[in-house]
Amino acid sequence: MADASYPEDLLYHPEHDWARVEDDVATFGITWFAQDALGEVVFFDPPEVGSSVTANEFYAEVESVKAVSEVIAPLTGEIVEVNTALADTPEAINEDPYGAGWMVRVKLADPGQADELMDRDAYMSTL
Amino acid sequence: MLVTTPTLKRTPLFDAHVAAGAKLVPFGGWEMPVQYADGVRAEHEAVRRGVGVFDVSHMGEVAVSGPDAEAFLQHVYSNDVARMAVGAAQYALICNEDGGVLDDVFSYRLAPDRFLTVTNAANHDSDVAWMRSHAGGFDVEVADVLDAYAMLAVQGPIAREIVQALADSPLPARMQAARRIVHGREALVCGTGYTGEDGVELLLHPDDGPAIWDELLRRGAVPCGLAARDTLRLEVCYPLYGNELSAERNPIEAGLAWVCAEETGFIGSLAVGAARADGTAQKLVAFKIDGPGIARQGNPIVGGGEVTSGTMSPSLGVGIGMAYVPSERATVGKTFEIDVRGKLRTAVVASRPLYTKETDG
Repeated sequence: MADASYPEDLLYHPEHDWARVEDDVATFGITWFAQDALGEVVFFDPPEVGSSVTANEFYAEVESVKAVSEVIAPLTGEIVEVNTALADTPEAINEDPYGAGWMVRVKLADPGQADELMDRDAYMSTL
Repeated sequence: MLVTTPTLKRTPLFDAHVAAGAKLVPFGGWEMPVQYADGVRAEHEAVRRGVGVFDVSHMGEVAVSGPDAEAFLQHVYSNDVARMAVGAAQYALICNEDGGVLDDVFSYRLAPDRFLTVTNAANHDSDVAWMRSHAGGFDVEVADVLDAYAMLAVQGPIAREIVQALADSPLPARMQAARRIVHGREALVCGTGYTGEDGVELLLHPDDGPAIWDELLRRGAVPCGLAARDTLRLEVCYPLYGNELSAERNPIEAGLAWVCAEETGFIGSLAVGAARADGTAQKLVAFKIDGPGIARQGNPIVGGGEVTSGTMSPSLGVGIGMAYVPSERATVGKTFEIDVRGKLRTAVVASRPLYTKETDG
């Protein structure tokens, strides 16, 4: 697995999720800390395109060999794309949590909600 | 009020686990490695293709000796202990009067009147108490010797090769046990394991555990944790106490009729005999998930029954598991639905073991 990293261009949720906000669309995933705590991910159960996600509520499940974990949405909106490649390569969540391991893209209900998330330094201070 | 946290026991290999980068978790009252730095897939693969070593020192040992040792074990173990020659190993269950399973154990006959039994960590104390409470009338000593042993399982296609290179004479065959000098230390070498691969288990003096562990690693054995132990055993459908086996299940429904010799009159034999004759409402099956998803222990089965173990099979790349299902559905090829946290997943009853060398990749 890759070494610990927390990119500066992302916003972070205390439940160890990240969001990359570009205008009114955001990409969601889980942080290096989350994937390390989970261990090797063997299954990602994505939500459906078109469904709604609500900030602070779970929208998907990831399974490691031993455990099931719920993935929390950092922001509210409607899912416009899911990372279907994770069906065949769930290990990308471990190997590249901020790149190939992205989970969903969401059309944000209120892009201003992103102000409630933490920047990299604030998030790292919680670890 | 004084609040005390139960203290987790540590095996003689604890420092070696920390040195190898283990993630340690509580298991059966012990602080045990669940995996090491490279992760469970790498460990699983090492055992299927090369060699891995597991610290199983948390498992208990009971020494039974005396003129009535055989007769006593016939009374408390489900298998026919008299069929075990000196130097042989045997798998058996300890049952209560209702036929419920109290533990599953491996025993080695070290001498005509001396046996060593390996118990499950979580059941060890209750096993010893149960055995002692049923020893009345037998000229036998039941000794709790858990602290007298470290235990290492060396498993995989080249496991014997690397242990043989350290041993003073040929290793015992499968299901046999013998004293050997291994890397200069006394060891009881047993041709047994819990992975479906060839290999041996080593019962050692606790002080000798770390030196043998280090030497095995130096010779290429990959340290393996409980997570890989679980995926390996589940692929070959070995039952795990607390999952497939419990006091609420009898050996017949668990598919373990082959380790029950009711003619010996063991405790629970009448109930087991009745279950064998009458059949059981449910039976344990192995299954594969048809499609994506992983079922987990406790997931209910639509129409009755439940999953006892479930994981993603590293060797097969699909969700696998074992489950109790209504007996009329317990036929290879039949399908059933599992309620996985509100989503229905289709499972197919599969023949055991789920993994064999021939089905590999």
